[in-house]
Amino acid sequence: MDIIVCIKHVPETAEAEIKIDRSGKAIEKTGLVFDINEWDDYVLEEAVRIKEKFGGTVTAITVNTEEANRTLRKCLARGADKAIRLTDTKFENSDGYAIAKILHSVIKDLSFDLVLTGVLASDDGYTMVGSILAELLGISHSTMVKKIEFGDGVARVNRELEGGLEEIVEVKLPAVLTIQTGINEPRYVSIMGIRKAMKKEIKVLSLADTGLSANEVGEAGSWLKIDELFIPPVEKQAEFFSGTPERIATKIAELLKSRGLI
Amino acid sequence: MREIFVLAEHRQGQIRDITFEMLTKGAELTEKTNTCLTAILLGKDAKKHAETLSTYAENVLLIEDERLENFNSEIYQKILSQLINKKKPLLTFIGHTSYGVDLAPSLATKLNLPLATDCIDLTFNGETLGVTRQMYGGKVNVKATIRKSESYIITVRQATFTAQKPTMNGEIIEIASPLSEEIPKTRFIKYLLPSSGDIDITAADIIVSIGRGIKDVSNKPIIEELAKTLGGVLACSRPIVDKGWLSSDRQVGTSGKTVKPKLYLALGISGAFQHILGMKNSDIIIAINKDPNAPIFNFANYGVVEDLFKVVPFIKEKIIELKSVRTQS
Ligand SMILES: Cc1cc2nc3c(=O)[nH]c(=O)nc-3n(C[C@H](O)[C@H](O)[C@H](O)COP(=O)(O)OP(=O)(O)OC[C@H]3O[C@@H](n4cnc5c(N)ncnc54)[C@H](O)[C@@H]3O)c2cc1C
Repeated sequence: MDIIVCIKHVPETAEAEIKIDRSGKAIEKTGLVFDINEWDDYVLEEAVRIKEKFGGTVTAITVNTEEANRTLRKCLARGADKAIRLTDTKFENSDGYAIAKILHSVIKDLSFDLVLTGVLASDDGYTMVGSILAELLGISHSTMVKKIEFGDGVARVNRELEGGLEEIVEVKLPAVLTIQTGINEPRYVSIMGIRKAMKKEIKVLSLADTGLSANEVGEAGSWLKIDELFIPPVEKQAEFFSGTPERIATKIAELLKSRGLI
Repeated sequence: MREIFVLAEHRQGQIRDITFEMLTKGAELTEKTNTCLTAILLGKDAKKHAETLSTYAENVLLIEDERLENFNSEIYQKILSQLINKKKPLLTFIGHTSYGVDLAPSLATKLNLPLATDCIDLTFNGETLGVTRQMYGGKVNVKATIRKSESYIITVRQATFTAQKPTMNGEIIEIASPLSEEIPKTRFIKYLLPSSGDIDITAADIIVSIGRGIKDVSNKPIIEELAKTLGGVLACSRPIVDKGWLSSDRQVGTSGKTVKPKLYLALGISGAFQHILGMKNSDIIIAINKDPNAPIFNFANYGVVEDLFKVVPFIKEKIIELKSVRTQS
């Protein structure tokens, strides 16, 4: 089974202080640690597991600057066979639609049975690349996938619905599946893997190689144009307890007592 | 008159809340854009739903077909692309739900119409449509403009708009199913109900909930002890279940449980909206997080900006102290 995985290199922001940059349209990236998108971690693992079970290849693709080589190397170290990076200044400010078109320009000429993407990327959260890609490729898709099994020319997948409910859906192959967190337990990178990955080549392609025109990518080729970023307004500001940890604990305990909770 | 479409979402015989939220927002927009509101209902034996929807919209387009009993994005896409092509609505609302995200992006691509996903607000400025979305797990909001088009598609975040009481008396328009005999490439097989675990967190008065901030599963017992001291139960955010540190029946949020305890103590949880939706109606929310900008503080009643591991042992100690005072007196 030949599998293509679409991977994104993103800043880790859960614990970081976020500042909006001077353009007002992006966040200040300096000082942030970048790594593989949380969802894509599961994507890669799922692809490698399928390959280990059925044979075949895993090709990792990303659209980004050289910065993202680190994440592609990680994919290679964890079992991807090939890596492709698409890069061009014209790709800047692409939304999920433009990114899907760029990915499509390469994937359409590759041979594959399955394309896996994350449900979304933790930075812009569009939740659209996988299923747009499927439509452009003219193949079926299923999203929010939490389990994959294979039958005769089909994938049987569990899709996550709300409230813990799931549905089982059968999808004809080839297909694009978008992977939800928790589908597997991503492995750690082995030293052997890292050594092997260093020797593998990362193929680099630019706009000219995609066959797309400049106005099909970047902001011009996007559905959305970002006007401004701002810090969300506070719905209900908490009352903060401060002081030493012991003092804080006392205040919490007293609060709970006053509310009859202890 | 041009229309605003709202795709009704339903499952297992129930219209889902997001539908009424979108209809309410849609009605507000029709006044400003001089359009009328049309609910699109695709289903099997769905007349009852159509009647409900007609109290929220001027028109209900009802298409009934055996094959529409359960959601199927491929079939929905076939029907909706025909309807949108024919009627050219100013805007089509779809929920940013498991169903909506399976449908909207490929539908928009097929129709070559621009789509904005997971919107928390939208405004028309003449013919241009501006939306507000979130980035970076809710730490940043973004205002964006959708590429100018004669027809737009958006997906809307759940529980963002408040559904109002119904006020309309709309017309139900039945349309013959346009589906051909062609066999779809995607097939619904069945639902899988969540496994019922050993504990029902929705019944608890006190919930101590852990997030990725607890860093390692080896730290779980410290929090478990605190929960026990408080007479509460342990719950968690999604990553804790994804990592296998707690079973899925302990997860709070859109893809887990919705809880309303007297006390929700959130430890090392950032406050992504998917989590917030599952706990924001708790009586008292106390959040401990070392990041002063964590979104959870916008929803908590009480906040502590501190390393949770420094505070938790003291909380346990103080509670034991106060409890013993009570038993003595
Ligand atoms: C379709 C979909 C459905 C989802 N459903 C759910 C759901 O049902 N429930 C859910 O919870 N999530 C859900 N999510 C995931 C959600 O978007 C977030 O990724 C998740 O809630 C983040 O969990 P977290 O807050 O534990 O982790 P993070 O966002 O990583 O936050 C960890 C927090 O811990 C703090 N911290 C770290 N160390 C310490 C310390 N020593 N002391 C104090 N604080 C510390 C950090 O400052 C940070 O704020 C869903 C996502 C999608 C796409």
